Amino acid sequence: MVFERYVEVGRVALVNYGDSKGELVTIVDVVDGNKCLVDGAAAGGAPRQVISYSRINLTDLKVALGRGAKGKAQKAAWKAAGTQAAWDSSSWAKRLANKKTRAGLNDFSKFKVMCAKKSKSAAVAKKLKSYKK
Amino acid sequence: MTVAGVMKQFQVVGRKAPTEEVANPEAFRIVLFAPNAVIAKSKFWYFMHQFRKMKKSTGEILDVVEIVEKNTSQVKNYGIWIRYDSRSGTHNMYREYRDVALTGAVTQLYDEMAGRHRTRPRSIQIIRTAALKTEDVKRVDMLQYTSKDQKFPLPHRVHQAKRGAKALSDRTFTTVRPTTFFK
Repeated sequence: MVFERYVEVGRVALVNYGDSKGELVTIVDVVDGNKCLVDGAAAGGAPRQVISYSRINLTDLKVALGRGAKGKAQKAAWKAAGTQAAWDSSSWAKRLANKKTRAGLNDFSKFKVMCAKKSKSAAVAKKLKSYKK
Repeated sequence: MTVAGVMKQFQVVGRKAPTEEVANPEAFRIVLFAPNAVIAKSKFWYFMHQFRKMKKSTGEILDVVEIVEKNTSQVKNYGIWIRYDSRSGTHNMYREYRDVALTGAVTQLYDEMAGRHRTRPRSIQIIRTAALKTEDVKRVDMLQYTSKDQKFPLPHRVHQAKRGAKALSDRTFTTVRPTTFFK
């Protein structure tokens, strides 16, 4: 049991509750054992706010930041570390994007997804059967 | 003097009501913490009648202004000196909090005094407040968060989706133990 994600200045986190739900933020300062100061300036969106640890999920990503860094410094740090690209290429982000796309589908698109799924599983089953002989 | 939730800071100015003998009585100003302007005025009269022979029915409030902190983008250390009545006596106390605003620290104070000492808000009087430099912080539990390169994991967490699940909903009972370990 070794921890890999820590609450620390510069840690990138995902908000999982409230108005900024689903947005990426950077921890800019630790308030106490229950809450920290986060800012979504670099990811574009979430306002600077004090947030409880239960309302964020820590990610693997970290940027080099000073304590209480402002929006400009955050943007520079994100750019230097290529954080946005690293996040977008993570399977976590892809899964979230996928969920979002799926949730926005209309009935016909859902039907197309069903057909695609069916043909995929049929192809898999066929290939599997050829190995079983 | 009830307190519900978030505290604000008010400046209240009041004086004795003018009479024919004293047409222009001396005005007094108190800066205090209250959840709203009504309670701020009430607190003003509570403190004022201890200092001078004044009371609400023979006085008037000239002004009530909320004092809003300008810089709420940085975390600061606050020291608060209080006096409070416990079940057995009156005590002075000094406590420290970290927050982005003084009003937030005062709100934390009222909540913590209720939790640790069962103190009701009416029994707490704030004597003095100060924003502290890092080297002036005294309390160990605040000091540990003022160090420059602190880091700590979040062990044993309950998944957010599992929180607040309605009683007897589909999620109430399960045969699978929850995962509380996150990297």
